[in-house]
Amino acid sequence: MSMLIDLLIVFFLLLGSSFALIGSIGLVRLPDIFARLHGPTKATTLGVGSILLGSILYFSSRQGLSLQEILALLFLFMTAPVSAQLLSRAALHRRCDSIARLPEMDDGAEKKSGNS
Amino acid sequence: MSRSFTFFPHPLLSALLVVLWLLLNNSIEPGQLILGGFFGIVVPLFTRRFWPQRLGVGRPLLVIKLAGRVVKDIVSANFSVALVVLGPTEAVKPGFVKVPLDVDSDFVTTLLATLVSLTPGTVSADIDMEKRVLLVHTLNSDDPEALIQEIKTRYEAPIKEIFLC
Repeated sequence: MSMLIDLLIVFFLLLGSSFALIGSIGLVRLPDIFARLHGPTKATTLGVGSILLGSILYFSSRQGLSLQEILALLFLFMTAPVSAQLLSRAALHRRCDSIARLPEMDDGAEKKSGNS
Repeated sequence: MSRSFTFFPHPLLSALLVVLWLLLNNSIEPGQLILGGFFGIVVPLFTRRFWPQRLGVGRPLLVIKLAGRVVKDIVSANFSVALVVLGPTEAVKPGFVKVPLDVDSDFVTTLLATLVSLTPGTVSADIDMEKRVLLVHTLNSDDPEALIQEIKTRYEAPIKEIFLC
């Protein structure tokens, strides 16, 4: 039984680290800043999520139920999209190079910075 | 500040704080429960001014359904992004799509933008709170209309039902 749990823990740890790696590769390989944001927001959420799931399993099987990791996951899910949005917003205002056609800003950057 | 004084200005926030406190301490001992309950009452009272809009949950059961759908989408999002990342980068056709929103609560708009960022192929890039438009960056811009429809039916509609707005 404990062998099975160990295997499950290993599975989640490996899955998590591979997705974290893929997310980082995406950061390097994708063509422009907006596409690059897709790597960190997605691949890392499942990556860290799986690693934390492995952590929950490990500590729960050894010293009683442990759910602290859910908290880390919750805060990660709240902050990752916000930081991605801030980055892309900054890139939009700076008119960074983009493969996709940048949307026209109908009200100027000065006006927009007023309401954030 | 015209609203009358209550001890629970935000019942949802109170419940969330108690759960957070218990998770933080990793225990459900009576002492921690009392302390968590104390924070659950005091913190919303002190931060009332930061939360001007009141939030009500109309359909609690729908939350579970939506959460399950989001988890499923996050997993599939990861696989699709992994495929894009490891495949030829020439195949990527990124584009911006403007999604008009029907919701009018700040919190719900934020929640929707977060969900869009976590799910397949899309990252919300900008929110125009005045015009209620969500600017979404997608990795696959073949059919913007379908993308708008998907976001609206898959996420916006259930969120609207849950929070009754």
